[in-house]
Amino acid sequence: MCLAVPGRVISIDENPAGALGPEGLVDFLGTKTRVSLVLVPSAEVGSWVLVHAGMALEELDAEEASRTWSYLREAGVLMGQSPEPEGERELR
Amino acid sequence: MRTPRDIAASIEAAVQGKRALSLMEICGTHTVSLFRSGVKSLLPASLRLVSGPGCPVCVTPVGYLDAACELALREGVSILSYGDMMRVPGTSLSLAESRAMGARVEVVYSARSAVRYAMEHPGEQVVFLALGFETTTPASALAVLEARAAGLRNFSLLVGHKRVLPAMHALLEDPSLPLDGFLCPGHVSVVIGTRVYENIARSYAKACVVAGFEAESMLCAIERLVAMALSGRPAVENCYPVAVRPEGNRLALELIDRVFEPSDTTWRALGVLPESGLQLRTEFADYDAAQRFGLSLEADSHPPGCRCGEVICGKITPDACPLFRVACTPSDPVGPCMVSSEGSCAAWFKYTGATVREASSLTMRERPALGTPAAVDPARSESRSR
Repeated sequence: MCLAVPGRVISIDENPAGALGPEGLVDFLGTKTRVSLVLVPSAEVGSWVLVHAGMALEELDAEEASRTWSYLREAGVLMGQSPEPEGERELR
Repeated sequence: MRTPRDIAASIEAAVQGKRALSLMEICGTHTVSLFRSGVKSLLPASLRLVSGPGCPVCVTPVGYLDAACELALREGVSILSYGDMMRVPGTSLSLAESRAMGARVEVVYSARSAVRYAMEHPGEQVVFLALGFETTTPASALAVLEARAAGLRNFSLLVGHKRVLPAMHALLEDPSLPLDGFLCPGHVSVVIGTRVYENIARSYAKACVVAGFEAESMLCAIERLVAMALSGRPAVENCYPVAVRPEGNRLALELIDRVFEPSDTTWRALGVLPESGLQLRTEFADYDAAQRFGLSLEADSHPPGCRCGEVICGKITPDACPLFRVACTPSDPVGPCMVSSEGSCAAWFKYTGATVREASSLTMRERPALGTPAAVDPARSESRSR
């Protein structure tokens, strides 16, 4: 339950309706989800963030994000995703 | 850079001829990752890794589940839950069974989705099952603040959040469980930091090392724990510095503290532990489902023969339970440790016994079979995305 996954911020909405604090649209190897950025105020478009339950908990560097995706893939967490998802090339 | 095999060899050399050591991994995700990555099978026999009470599903008392199922069956109430909880048996029903009986139970991936659901369904009383350790708690806290900002009257939390440190303290007070150190959780520590473990190193003389979930990070932590246990100089170290800071995420801790305060709470099998859980602060009591609906969550009991309680505390391994693999399987679970994909019993079922993996005969980089679960676990599909 306490596994967070890295994603990349592709846009930021500073004042989203109904939310407290900024939200980012975050790309998880092709799957895009809105995520609260209130805990990572320095995140910018292009930043990698570690996300759990709809909240970014911490910023990561691109290298660590890539390593994390590798083990998630090995661990089978990504079952159901294509093995070479769009966006993976950006990770490298 | 050292490979996992190099680190494992160094650990083996370090423990050669020394006393047997027991290390506890607190986090359920570590339990599973240690098996899946093959790390467990690379370690020497004299080094025992025991699983601790770090699977939120497994430590939630039956009373909480019963309350959730009872609520789910009430007219006009919708339960929104993380997927992990759906199949955990309560005294007579699981949430999935309640749903089959007509209750409205929806799976969500975040507490904030539950708030949005409540906004979109003003005619329903929406109850979010707020469970999990410190990784998950900030999302529940933000959901409460957002529900209040939106003036929502039909949203509440059934709060079952737990705190990791009080459980570690409780285990340290138990003389029947001799431990030499803790492999501390990666993503919980992103929130709480590493400094909070210093009291354990100082007062109980147990080393604490935070690890990520890759083989390298877990092995690095185990190597340090072994070195500190054998040298008699326990300390707190961090093998996951890219994500975990000594002070944690200050904003996340402030967010939790704004909405919740520590409370005594019941853990399955461990009983009531002081300040080990969280309750909504008085100013947010309107969002407390237990109060709103008059429910008690603290009762605990266990199915006859089920030894999940001892598994959770690391006192026995799952195969010591007479029900394991016989009456209790992932497709027909008796206890929570077999239901949760992060439960020790589910992990043992998948990765040991008839399907023992000879990881030591493979290199860590070439192990095609290791990532493939040997047994089909229906619970997995519900919970893997979190």
